[in-house]
Amino acid sequence: MTVREQEKLQKDLVKSNIFSGFFVKTLTIAELEARKLKHDPTELITRAIQPLLWLLVFGEVFTRIRAIPTGNVSYLDFMAPGILAQSVLFISIFYGISIIWERDLGIVHKFLASPTPRLSIVLGKALSASIRGLSQALIIYIFSLILGVKINGNLFDIIGVIAVVIISAILFSTFSLVIACIVRTRERFMGIGQLLTMPMFFASNAIYPISMMPEWLQIIAKLNPLSYEVDALRALMLPNFSSTYPLIIDFAVISLTSAGLVVIGAILYPRVAR
Amino acid sequence: MAIVEIRSLVKSFKTLKAVDSISLNVENGEIFGLLGPNGAGKTTTVKILTTLLPPTSGEAFVGGFNVVHEASKVRRVIGYVPQALSADGTLTGYENLLIFAKLYDIPSNVRKQRIMDILDFMGLSEHANKLVRNYSGGMIRKLEVAQALLHNPKVLFLDEPTVGLDPVARQVVWDHVTKLKNEFGMTIFMTTHYMEEAEMLCDRVAIMNLGKIAAIGTVEELKNSIGKANATLDEVFVYYSGSTLDSGGSYRDSARTRKIAKRLG
Repeated sequence: MTVREQEKLQKDLVKSNIFSGFFVKTLTIAELEARKLKHDPTELITRAIQPLLWLLVFGEVFTRIRAIPTGNVSYLDFMAPGILAQSVLFISIFYGISIIWERDLGIVHKFLASPTPRLSIVLGKALSASIRGLSQALIIYIFSLILGVKINGNLFDIIGVIAVVIISAILFSTFSLVIACIVRTRERFMGIGQLLTMPMFFASNAIYPISMMPEWLQIIAKLNPLSYEVDALRALMLPNFSSTYPLIIDFAVISLTSAGLVVIGAILYPRVAR
Repeated sequence: MAIVEIRSLVKSFKTLKAVDSISLNVENGEIFGLLGPNGAGKTTTVKILTTLLPPTSGEAFVGGFNVVHEASKVRRVIGYVPQALSADGTLTGYENLLIFAKLYDIPSNVRKQRIMDILDFMGLSEHANKLVRNYSGGMIRKLEVAQALLHNPKVLFLDEPTVGLDPVARQVVWDHVTKLKNEFGMTIFMTTHYMEEAEMLCDRVAIMNLGKIAAIGTVEELKNSIGKANATLDEVFVYYSGSTLDSGGSYRDSARTRKIAKRLG
């Protein structure tokens, strides 16, 4: 082995250490949250009630009214993927408040004073939102089966649903983190969180098709990443539904938005400690 | 060689000069105390040294590394215990340490042993698998010091380590800090506004007031410096931080004065 080859090997080793270190630490931050959930899973149980109510109350009524054109699927079928998207959104959108909480406790300072890449902290936190989101997916699948929603049991489609839930939870929880980093206080964050959730949910295709909306609202709905998440979920969860956009476009939109937000989050996160 | 080196460090916020051109050195193996009333700039100084806050001007080095340009190297050689009780209450003591062992790149084959050794050193072995929520204040503080020691840092930063602790817990924390110095020769940089804490632990202290270093030296040197026989450290503190309080007269200053008065009581 020449000297140069040896040097290259050494460099590659350092590189791979940085690379694997990044993954190990990202998973460590997610593990921290997962262990918390393991010790106190009540949150997961109480979280399960809201989607059940939407499906039972809203879904059952609107299925009978037949006011919303849903093509060849029943309204309840149409709505189930939308409610999954909604649960992931609601879990993720208040995630940022934990950053403010952890700042007050000095936990943020401890992370930042350790050799943990900022990107790992932000992505690890986001992945823990994904864990919560997946538990919701499981619950909604169970409810849907009980309520008679015709769900697609194809393994590849289920893997697709898992991927969409993971990516969307990263997207909305990091969005929440970015807002928390900007507003910095609990009170302001709660106000803005409430303000954003309502239009994000209703200006999307979650519980009715975009084509029903007035034109100005259609533009907003098409800029809303939630619409692409729901579009993908519908195509993957329902056997007889073809997506509005090609699946690859849906995945590209939510993945790229998530990636962008994670980078912005990693830049803003250290400012929380100042 | 000094292990912490601060040269004309300045940190300005919008209207306030929190740190106003301070310079000092901390030698290897000493316990150094930064004393001062609330709002004197102690925590800001510690945040700069632990790479959490970029200084406005001036330079600081920890373990020979520049805190701005070599921040990631600094983070590998420091341990930091923030002022608030920051251990995670919903996890066990062991889990709190495990997470930080991973974040500090402690190899998986020695991780468990290292955690056990530190729990033992801190006298927490029996409580390792209890949820931290059920710990007393003193136990949480010890656990946090344990978290900061996992990677065997060159400098340990303690920000107001005994605020809010009862006298027994405070004594326990003091004992462990002393043990760290005696057994491992660890350098400790701490802030406090308790005089008896500084007197008990610190080899050298600096009194900080309104962002400036008002006095620096051993406790004995400072006592002698105010020209009063048998002076207490309290009197030294008031001498160096009190003289400027009257001149300001803002609400914050008077609130601060009252607080000191209350404490000296």
